[in-house]
Amino acid sequence: MAATIQVENLEIVGRRGKGEELPIVRNVSFSVQRGEMLALIGESGSGKTTVALSLLGHIRSGCRIAGGTIRVAGYDVTALTPHERRSMRGRVISYVAQNAGSAFNPALSIMRQVVEPALVHRILPRRELEARAVSLFRVLALPEPETIGERYPGELSGGQLQRLMAAMALMTDPEVVIFDEPTTALDVTTQIEVLAVFKEVFAERGITGVYVTHDLSVVSQIADHAVVLKDGAIRETGTVSKILFQPEDPYSQALLAAAEPRSRQTDLAKRPAQPALLDVRKLVVGYGQATSAGLPEKVIVNHVSFSVPKGGMLGVIGESGCGKSTLARAISGLQPWAAGELFLNGASLAGSVRERTPEQRRHLQLVAQNADSVLNPSKPIGKTLERVVRFYSGLKGEAATRRVNELLDMVRLSPALASRLPSELSGGQKQRINFARALAADPQIVLCDEITAALDTVVAAAILDLMKELQRDLGLSFIFITHDLHALQSICDRVAVLYAGQAVEVGPASTLGKGVHHPYTRLLHDSVPLMEPGWLEATQRRRLAEATPVTTLNPLSPDPELCCFLARCSDRVGGLCDRVPPPVLSVSQGSSVLCHLPASIRPEFLS
Amino acid sequence: MIVMFGKLRSKHDRAVLLIAFWILLALLGPLCSSHDPGAIGMQPVFSGPSMAHLLGTDYLGRDTLARLLNGIRHTVLLCFASTLFSCSVGTFLGIAAVTSRVWVEAVTGRLADGFLSIPSLLFALLVIAVFGTSTGALIMTMGIIYTPGAYRTSRALAQRIARLDFVTVARARGESTPYIILQEILPNMAGPMIADVGLRFIYSVLLLSNLSFLGIGVQPPEVDLGSMVRENMLGMAYGSPAMIVPVIVIAVLTVGINLALDSSSGKR
Repeated sequence: MAATIQVENLEIVGRRGKGEELPIVRNVSFSVQRGEMLALIGESGSGKTTVALSLLGHIRSGCRIAGGTIRVAGYDVTALTPHERRSMRGRVISYVAQNAGSAFNPALSIMRQVVEPALVHRILPRRELEARAVSLFRVLALPEPETIGERYPGELSGGQLQRLMAAMALMTDPEVVIFDEPTTALDVTTQIEVLAVFKEVFAERGITGVYVTHDLSVVSQIADHAVVLKDGAIRETGTVSKILFQPEDPYSQALLAAAEPRSRQTDLAKRPAQPALLDVRKLVVGYGQATSAGLPEKVIVNHVSFSVPKGGMLGVIGESGCGKSTLARAISGLQPWAAGELFLNGASLAGSVRERTPEQRRHLQLVAQNADSVLNPSKPIGKTLERVVRFYSGLKGEAATRRVNELLDMVRLSPALASRLPSELSGGQKQRINFARALAADPQIVLCDEITAALDTVVAAAILDLMKELQRDLGLSFIFITHDLHALQSICDRVAVLYAGQAVEVGPASTLGKGVHHPYTRLLHDSVPLMEPGWLEATQRRRLAEATPVTTLNPLSPDPELCCFLARCSDRVGGLCDRVPPPVLSVSQGSSVLCHLPASIRPEFLS
Repeated sequence: MIVMFGKLRSKHDRAVLLIAFWILLALLGPLCSSHDPGAIGMQPVFSGPSMAHLLGTDYLGRDTLARLLNGIRHTVLLCFASTLFSCSVGTFLGIAAVTSRVWVEAVTGRLADGFLSIPSLLFALLVIAVFGTSTGALIMTMGIIYTPGAYRTSRALAQRIARLDFVTVARARGESTPYIILQEILPNMAGPMIADVGLRFIYSVLLLSNLSFLGIGVQPPEVDLGSMVRENMLGMAYGSPAMIVPVIVIAVLTVGINLALDSSSGKR
């Protein structure tokens, strides 16, 4: 039987401006049998999206197919006329993009957009299509399938939009669906739900799929075969289990090594307790007018307390919108807080950076998330670093240049880079410069806000190594804000779990996954995909087994004092959790947990 | 000159050279003609080009070339001055609105909106009716008319840049506001701002030509490109260069400057 997708010797070239044509995709061949799922794996710039889009007959402007053939479900994609291509797209093959949030038109209702592709191809009259859409919504486990179509994109969550986009792609009953990193922008707890639904639907409808991703654990859950791409060429192809467990190509091995949850912990963590360097006490940050209780109208960070010892590394983890970045901004003095206190070296810190002493500003440095916007694009990086050196230490001329070279060396970059502009550097290099900029101040504590989020796995792993080195060599303290539990576990001593602005748990990082935890911490820990076949099904089964107990929640006016995780909690106890605010409890492994810890999760460990 | 112009590699240099060319022409041009731009001689009116009068004569039999060079001087210098005024004041206010307290933005923003809602020609007529048509009044009028536009552009640019992380980081470091404006914000808005300058310059050339065409711009015996067109309207019937050449010069001046500044700002 002929394969559903057959790509042979595909060559795609492109040019930038008036330059020469450069190869983007080189001699790529693969095939996918009917009903199978192929994963295209690679780092950014490896050409994986270009290959995936070429299956739809779409080539970015400025690029062209220079050779090879693409056959999808009997169509020779490269030989189609524009008209034939239009009729093939949507009907035979469809596409699910990475960011559902921006793929929907915010001004139109969901239903109009979901039925549109099918309507364009005049498959069925509108009424029947809408009925089909509702049944798809039901299959994709969307809430209120009957009426969700009347809502607008802004009213729905990222995970719901991603599933709606899949519904849109499935409307025309295509043979092939292309997924371009559909879960990368989602939180882990949402990702697992979306993945599980996707997998079920594929199997049910016998869809042939191509799944573009850089996340190997996702690959292990969802794909049958995988292709590893690097610089537009195939490095390795094979079944998923072969590539993930017996990779032959050195590059695949490097990818795997970087993705492997690996501990970078040293004995350092076991030294005697150090005095607290930074102490955060009951910090409240919010926006809007103060209410009668003295708290802001919209509370973003809610009574968060933790401390970071000298030379310690604290991880702050939570999903998007939980207040991680606001917390970082407040600590660095860019966002005034409404209540609470902050101490650095025992001295109280002012809420505004302008009111802090130069010493305090020097000792606390922020490394911001986005390496692209954190360096002034019109200044060579040497100048940027020199300015910081001069600002804090007053060094000039020769001495300043020497210090800049020292800093570049510290972050493992060549001093020759000093004359380059930020636009001439790679993402990883920029993030290193970003680090060097913070180090130039000779700080005691560095706040890292999602610094690895935008980087490829291999590059991110190198940045984590660098952090650990700096901690060891310079005795630096770090606050590492992230949504990546693996990264956090590999370098941090302690962890603070944030949910809806509250620190629901603060404790040692090494005990995650064992001992007694807040229900959200457990959910988070269980949702991080593992590179084990069958993990997805096993986890889903377990979740179903311990499904939310049927307790009627006190429906009237949810008290802001009550547990913030109440609505999603699987361990809640009716009459307790919905009536009494949770206490902060200490548990045996040294964590403090903001929960009643009902009998089902607590038992006898309570100390 | 033209050969050299084409050979220049950098678009940036080309823009600088083009501006230098026009300013030099404005300053030195009138010296290049031996005729007195105001002298009414025995020559016939609206004569065609000849060796004595390279571009012929105008409706009073004056030498067109001499008057054209004089007209360029007025148009270019007046418009450069007013553009300089509007763009520097506008940029200053725009950045001030972003970096100072909230009320500064509220006040300047409403003022700019108010000015923008007055038709520019009407505003110019009003000011000139009150203050008369001195050169200074013309420069100030045109400067004030185009300040709100420059303000809006620079405020929008500065707002976007001020939110970027490198400005946040500089503030967290405790840098002074002047440093942040001069070193972090200004260099990154220079490109689009230069393109905006080109646009404002064109607007002011066109506005000055309009005013002069209506007879309330540059007053005789002085002359600018707009008033030349008006004076020699009758010459249109004879195909006289005295009417056509100033029109072409206005077009070349505005389009050339705009293209040059546009491409130089895009290349940054």
